[in-house]
Amino acid sequence: MAAAMPLALPVLLLLGPGGWCLAEPPRDSLREELVITPLPSGDVAATFQFRTRWDSELQREGVSHYRLFPKALGQLISKYSLRELHLSFTQGFWRTRYWGPPFLQAPSGAELWVWFQDTVTDVDKSWKELSNVLSGIFCASLNFIDSTNTVTPTASFKPLGLANDTDHYFLRYAVLPREVVCTENLTPWKKLLPCSSKAGLSVLLKADRLFHTSYHSQAVHIRPVCRNARCTSISWELRQTLSVVFDAFITGQGKKDWSLFRMFSRTLTEPCPLASESRVYVDITTYNQDNETLEVHPPPTTTYQDVILGTRKTYAIYDLLDTAMINNSRNLNIQLKWKRPPENGYIHYQPAQDRLQPHLLEMLIQLPANSVTKVSIQFERALLKWTEYTPDPNHGFYVSPSVLSALVPSMVAAKPVDWEESPLFNSLFPVSDGSNYFVRLYTEPLLVNLPTPDFSMPYNVICLTCTVVAVCYGSFYNLLTRTFHIEEPRTGGLAKRLANLIRRARGVPPL
Amino acid sequence: MGLLSDPVRRRALARLVLRLNAPLCVLSYVAGIAWFLALVFPPLTQRTYMSENAMGSTMVEEQFAGGDRARAFARDFAAHRKKSGALPVAWLERTMRSVGLEVYTQSFSRKLPFPDETHERYMVSGTNVYGILRAPRAASTESLVLTVPCGSDSTNSQAVGLLLALAAHFRGQIYWAKDIVFLVTEHDLLGTEAWLEAYHDVNVTGMQSSPLQGRAGAIQAAVALELSSDVVTSLDVAVEGLNGQLPNLDLLNLFQTFCQKGGLLCTLQGKLQPQDWTSLDGPLQGLQTLLLMVLRQASGRPHGSHGLFLRYRVEALTLRGINSFRQYKYDLVAVGKALEGMFRKLNHLLERLHQSFFLYLLPGLSRFVSIGLYMPAVGFLLLVLGLKALELWMQLHEAGMGLEEPGGAPGPSVPLPPSQGVGLASLVAPLLISQAMGLALYVLPVLGQHVATQHFPVAEAEAVVLTLLAIYAAGLALPHNTHRVISTQAPDRGWMALKLVALIYLALQLGCIALTNFSLGFLLATTMVPTAALAKPHGPRTLYAALLVLTSPAATLLGSLFLWRELQEAPLSLAEGWQLFLAALAQGVLEHHTYGALLFPLLSLGLYPCWLLFWNVLFWK
Repeated sequence: MAAAMPLALPVLLLLGPGGWCLAEPPRDSLREELVITPLPSGDVAATFQFRTRWDSELQREGVSHYRLFPKALGQLISKYSLRELHLSFTQGFWRTRYWGPPFLQAPSGAELWVWFQDTVTDVDKSWKELSNVLSGIFCASLNFIDSTNTVTPTASFKPLGLANDTDHYFLRYAVLPREVVCTENLTPWKKLLPCSSKAGLSVLLKADRLFHTSYHSQAVHIRPVCRNARCTSISWELRQTLSVVFDAFITGQGKKDWSLFRMFSRTLTEPCPLASESRVYVDITTYNQDNETLEVHPPPTTTYQDVILGTRKTYAIYDLLDTAMINNSRNLNIQLKWKRPPENGYIHYQPAQDRLQPHLLEMLIQLPANSVTKVSIQFERALLKWTEYTPDPNHGFYVSPSVLSALVPSMVAAKPVDWEESPLFNSLFPVSDGSNYFVRLYTEPLLVNLPTPDFSMPYNVICLTCTVVAVCYGSFYNLLTRTFHIEEPRTGGLAKRLANLIRRARGVPPL
Repeated sequence: MGLLSDPVRRRALARLVLRLNAPLCVLSYVAGIAWFLALVFPPLTQRTYMSENAMGSTMVEEQFAGGDRARAFARDFAAHRKKSGALPVAWLERTMRSVGLEVYTQSFSRKLPFPDETHERYMVSGTNVYGILRAPRAASTESLVLTVPCGSDSTNSQAVGLLLALAAHFRGQIYWAKDIVFLVTEHDLLGTEAWLEAYHDVNVTGMQSSPLQGRAGAIQAAVALELSSDVVTSLDVAVEGLNGQLPNLDLLNLFQTFCQKGGLLCTLQGKLQPQDWTSLDGPLQGLQTLLLMVLRQASGRPHGSHGLFLRYRVEALTLRGINSFRQYKYDLVAVGKALEGMFRKLNHLLERLHQSFFLYLLPGLSRFVSIGLYMPAVGFLLLVLGLKALELWMQLHEAGMGLEEPGGAPGPSVPLPPSQGVGLASLVAPLLISQAMGLALYVLPVLGQHVATQHFPVAEAEAVVLTLLAIYAAGLALPHNTHRVISTQAPDRGWMALKLVALIYLALQLGCIALTNFSLGFLLATTMVPTAALAKPHGPRTLYAALLVLTSPAATLLGSLFLWRELQEAPLSLAEGWQLFLAALAQGVLEHHTYGALLFPLLSLGLYPCWLLFWNVLFWK
């Protein structure tokens, strides 16, 4: 048998993926999915998800053969003993009020949060190294993550995957609100895909169209999941997600019709040959209050109904065979009003240390319905050291967006579904039971103007001021604190005193 | 400094200052005035230039062509406004939503401290409507504002029309990097104030308003638009804001660039820009503009709703369409193109406007005087006070030493005679009394308006103004009584010490004012300094008294009003002037309470008591 293997191998390679199936069950699989959701505002959101699952123990050394799972990330997991990694790059801001709740929310800029294995001894060191490596992989400024913008949340950001204990000591979270996302970040992200952008859904990922949108968010999620129903061993899951929102007003000239070609300037022609599943979902839920009818073209092969984010939704499913010219309708309208201060709850506050760590304020609060909650924080202004100003100090300084995580009661009870079989857009966040769904919202980053010195000629100004102060201060102090009067020299001695005596006798003023 | 620490030379210098004091004072005062007048001549006034790189070299192409649309919007708006009698909030919301904006409203209410007779309002409640154009792929961290203040009359409809047409045009473009807020405020500046306070989540003037539902990050720049006709002959730009604050000069340069590019006729203070600066005509015309600017800036009023933005460090200016009797007229497209160009260039900004000047004077739209060049003018004027104070100090000092001096060189360390201590103690009463008068002037008119209306047949606004004048005049009578209380051992020393303190107090106040609002400081220094230097209880007292009254802060205000109308070539008659003066007093108090203008407290708590001290000096017995 051992002798036969070298002979068999070239043959298998020629056979391609089909050959593998014959030889042994595939240990890794790829599912790809695109969800197109007409938003309440009339805009259109497109969410891509690519999920690579690998039934392998990456933690153990010795894994050297990578097939679908990108090697760059696989090595990262074993080298830094990662348990979970979540990295997102976002340009723009998800406008929940107008677009409804998103499948995948991310703050503006770059966000990275990582759970390390509990075998890691120096978490901060690993975190630092990891952010630098990721910075290289994704061509982003993640190397600017340091202790001043890293926090360890205690209440939020629980692991999304398998976890037996959640000691938040192994969690690190950082946001870079100023990070600008562009094609240079998209290209390495696309390269991680098994089919790159050659076939399948990723054909649609054309940079010039994706960056023509109102919102662009790409992310990488790595987490361990159960390999089978009994959860006897774990598999690794890599999800690459990308959400974009097309502005109907600009791209559709105000009309609400859309087509794949109009949005992406590409149509789908073939599925990715490496993918075990490749689907397009189109939200065709109708609501009675609108008299709009919707028509999708071509007619969908099947439909899928489920409770998504607390609402019953109907999706048209295309199993990647058709190119579509699809009209749409609007809906999905859940609004979140959160107001009024909390009476009780969990509050965790970690004060900042100058230039060492940022403030962290976590609150666990129960919000009454239809109320307004206003969280305000008093702070003191501090001047920066002059070397700490950025090259464009008058732009202002960014304060990271705050995060709101909530379990929102669902309007419709969801029926439990097989997690592994349900669409990808519905299975990133673990659902405890059908009556709640998980929502994470981010606020806008805040641009704060600090008092800025005039940097046009600080050196001259400092020199001049110091000179003037040095020269004037001493002299004025001297003048103001002393009284001057002429001291008669006592050494004039006897002769002078005699002379004065005589002068006084004569009635002449003394010398 | 060695000069001053050497007693012999020091004495020589002191003698020089004493002997040449009067000529030096006159010289310094004349130099100050002359310096100011010279500011309009080319070596001191310079051409403006764009400092901000992001707005300088790049060119933009304006494509706005929605003139008809703007006029249609304006007609609809005017019709709806006429029908409802207030701002047609629902119509505005609908229209803004239809052009693709995120629309929000804000309601506010404010009870003014007393009825505003100029604008005819007392209990004000209104609604602001604003639409936000969200920039694609931006996280709403920065924004620009285009605002139209709508008053109770039917003006500014065309401005609203143009705003909506611009919003529709802007919405179709994808190059925006900053959110753009289109704001229509009701009750003109009150609405703007309510919106700004809610936007920045502060409450500085007691405005009651609903919180804003939509925000768009830090506002980088704002343009206020006032247009009341379909065609304009020229665009007037107003820069003076609350308390004399000015926007960054680059914003004005930007406006001027697009005026030139579009061939628009642009004016400053309603005056055309003089072309020829080499002959005498240009500078003289520039002087008129400069004086108008000084008067407007000194008033500390927000001249347009942009003035309120400046407090929040938002660079802003107001554009006013003027429709006069000129031949050539421009339609809304030309104005819209200028605005589009300005917004596109502001959109390029990477940092807040900070490169150019924040403190400047403008003798023309393309000429400016920087702070380094105009400050000497007020410096020379304040030097007079310094010289006079120095003289008094030396006289006081010499009077203290005077007894020994004829006897030759004094012995070591002459202790200060006790009379000097008494002189200082005697100052406490006049200082306290004059300060109390100032406080009464500040507090009583508004506080006592109801008492006044109960006992006299006057309206609240009249009551406030008349109480103001009454207390002001009463201040003149009061100080006569003070110095009878105090012992007067050395008659001269008393008033000298008082005048010394008053001079230093005045110099300090004027110095501080001139640093923040040059125009106000200069105006007050020009009038108050000479009489302050002259005031003494000897000589032609009635003449001095007349002069002192003529240069009191209130008289300065009256005089400024006459000068203002004279420069605008609309001279006032005496009766009109008086009416205007009364209205200005009421407005000054109102603006302090509604917008936080500081002129009224400054005059009543600072300069009026100081001026009373000089009055006290004059009638010292």
